[in-house]
Amino acid sequence: MPTPPPALEIDGLIKDFGPVGALDGRMVRVLEGVSLSAARGAVTVLLGANGAGKTTTLECAQGLQRADGGVVRLLGEDPYRASPHLRARVGVMLQDGGLPPSVRPLALLRHVASMFSSPLPVDALAERLGLDEFGTVSIRRLSGGQKQRLALACALVGRPEVVFLDEPSAGLDPQSRTIVFDLIRELRADGLAVILTTHLLDDAQRLADYVYILEGGRTVAEGTVAALTADKDADGMRELRFETVPGLSLPPDLLPHLHQREDEPGQYVLRGALTASDVAQLATWWDAHGVMPTAISMAPRSLEDVFLDISGRSIR
Amino acid sequence: MTQGTAPTRGRGTAAPLPARVLRHGGYEALAMLRNGEQLVLAIVLPLLALTALVLTPLLDAYGPSRIDVAAPGVLALCTMSTAFTGQGIATGFDRRYGVLRFLSTTPLGRSGLILGKAVAVAAVLAVQLVVIGGAAVLMGWSPRAEGLLPAALLLLVGSAAFTALGLLVAGTLRPEATLAVTNLVWILLAAAGGVIIPAASLPAAAEPFVSVLPSAALGDGLRSALVDGTLDPIACLVLLAWAVLASLAAIRWFKWS
Repeated sequence: MPTPPPALEIDGLIKDFGPVGALDGRMVRVLEGVSLSAARGAVTVLLGANGAGKTTTLECAQGLQRADGGVVRLLGEDPYRASPHLRARVGVMLQDGGLPPSVRPLALLRHVASMFSSPLPVDALAERLGLDEFGTVSIRRLSGGQKQRLALACALVGRPEVVFLDEPSAGLDPQSRTIVFDLIRELRADGLAVILTTHLLDDAQRLADYVYILEGGRTVAEGTVAALTADKDADGMRELRFETVPGLSLPPDLLPHLHQREDEPGQYVLRGALTASDVAQLATWWDAHGVMPTAISMAPRSLEDVFLDISGRSIR
Repeated sequence: MTQGTAPTRGRGTAAPLPARVLRHGGYEALAMLRNGEQLVLAIVLPLLALTALVLTPLLDAYGPSRIDVAAPGVLALCTMSTAFTGQGIATGFDRRYGVLRFLSTTPLGRSGLILGKAVAVAAVLAVQLVVIGGAAVLMGWSPRAEGLLPAALLLLVGSAAFTALGLLVAGTLRPEATLAVTNLVWILLAAAGGVIIPAASLPAAAEPFVSVLPSAALGDGLRSALVDGTLDPIACLVLLAWAVLASLAAIRWFKWS
């Protein structure tokens, strides 16, 4: 049996913005060659730092922006000229939500559902996403996580084949996050093509079947999480974390080949190809400066290392 | 979770176009009528204007009775407040909050969204006609029967022109600026734009300028229809020209985000 065509295909996508007044009215090229494809029954993640071009790529795929070059095919059609029938097969959750603040959540969801001929039952969907708890207050009173769940419901109510989720975990509390992530996995199991953007490596690691890394308006790496994080040194450790007093400044010439950072006050991360000699040097420095860590841990290569290797900087 | 609530694959189908447009029109009309400020603009201010015009001798020179001259002008004022100011402000803020972008990704689409707005304006205008027209009849208004059809035509073209102008402002300026501009223009046109006081009675230097404004075309056109029972072809053409030009400009310059 031939493999079905992908739900979304993008080849060499180019997008210019402008003219920008501050640049003497010149255009700015925000996408300069994004290529990707998203299969049905899979979660495809666009991973990149802020400004890498993730949202613009999604907007071109959703038909909100017109491509200036390259090819975009959504379910075999040009999304910018999408017919209502194509739009009915695609669900969209925008990064800013696109929710009118003065409307009540369930009234909005019912209105969106009324644009389809056989939408999901609104009450059941609302219950599933916990919207019934706050369905009758106006949207402006909702928390960030509640707004995200409502926007997700609006994207799903029409029974789409393809869903676009722009930063779906932004502003989610841990409970909302579990609800949303479980639902995303269920959508995949139901055969939907799920395309989402994130700048959170943890999200990508937990959800993605296939990852595209965007950097400077290009797709610079792609693969499954396993393939991307596969290490040439099978047993090499790539991350060392330790906790101790806040504000410690490790001298830059100590372990210069490792990327150093203080995540939270007192929580330090060293990233790179670690050797036993690195650990010994660090322990010697602790000893010389009277530092006693309260916790130490090591981890193999993760998506964060992949990102660091490609872009030479941390994603944060 | 319960069985059967999970989204199931590949059954998304669009509701028919008329249903989408009418449902969106109803949704926006209800939103306008539920909004307190909009309700003041749509119903309370026109009622106050009507009452003031009947109680003062301002319009005594222009027709057989105060109410007969006042009512058509107040209906023109209603058209401006709903199609231009109210609709413009709502669209401006919807644009800021990304509502226009989101709705344009649903089967409603961009064209359905605009058509739905036109339906909403027509629906709110119909409510205004019943309330304000009813109040005017209670105050003794007796419009000429043969002028009702020309008046309906003028209201239709006039609301199209003012809706397009409202969209043009909302789609090109920030919402705060839209709020300021549409309210200011509404006040200026209401006071000196030929809406309530006929353009012909303004200072001679201003008259040729004012008479080509959509406000004067609608106000004077409605007066000749409902006071004299005649269709003013010039007023009709002026409104049509504004509707076409403003629509073309809105299509060219409207920004969705």
